[in-house]
Amino acid sequence: MNLEFIESGQVLKIKLKGELDHHSADESKVLIDKKISEGKFNKMVIDFKGLDFIDSSGIGFVIGRYKVIRKHGGSIVIVNANKKVKKILDMSGIGKIIEIK
Amino acid sequence: MQNNYVIFKIPSLSVNESFARAAVAAFCSILNPTISEINDIKTAVSEAVTNAVIHGYENNVGEIEISCKIKGQTIEVIVEDFGCGILDVEKAKEPLFTTKPELERSGMGFAVMESYMDDVVVLSEKDVGTKVIMRKKISEK
Repeated sequence: MNLEFIESGQVLKIKLKGELDHHSADESKVLIDKKISEGKFNKMVIDFKGLDFIDSSGIGFVIGRYKVIRKHGGSIVIVNANKKVKKILDMSGIGKIIEIK
Repeated sequence: MQNNYVIFKIPSLSVNESFARAAVAAFCSILNPTISEINDIKTAVSEAVTNAVIHGYENNVGEIEISCKIKGQTIEVIVEDFGCGILDVEKAKEPLFTTKPELERSGMGFAVMESYMDDVVVLSEKDVGTKVIMRKKISEK
């Protein structure tokens, strides 16, 4: 999976491209958590536009990042989820704690 | 169509999760599935293989055997590991139940398999392994 960070003030936008599974989630979370630990962001925007695949490891990944940014008093929003990404997001009920646009 | 099948084995490395689901999807393409049906199968296979990697073998590397059979319009996928087994299969199937929350497991693996496939059977024995049998009928076009 390919990650792109776009920083704008206190907002960190993360564009995910490719496949979000157990393997890629484990690699990506290290990079993202390092960014968040800098302490300057209070909002994480996860952009799923370029995502071709997601399974339940992707849900665990999003909840994990939600917990990390919440420790810094921040929040998460998910944008550009396509139909197949929405299917698993809806099934997980993650929309109750994380905003999905 | 004559009964068709493919069987392959992979070491339980997380990097192989992507290959396993793509290989099953490629085999299924003979049945001319919709994009949505292919996505359902890929996702379910990914869940079963990920379970084998994380839970079946924990931190060790073992073998995962994946076999796919086509019977008429139905695809049957079997994902089998020879690892530690599941102590309580019914408990493991409960949505949001996980033995590894510290690894950011959502506990949704079996729920996804059951929702995305028509039929899921889990056979498991302690220290022998786990076999997940999943079936899905592909719509005729």
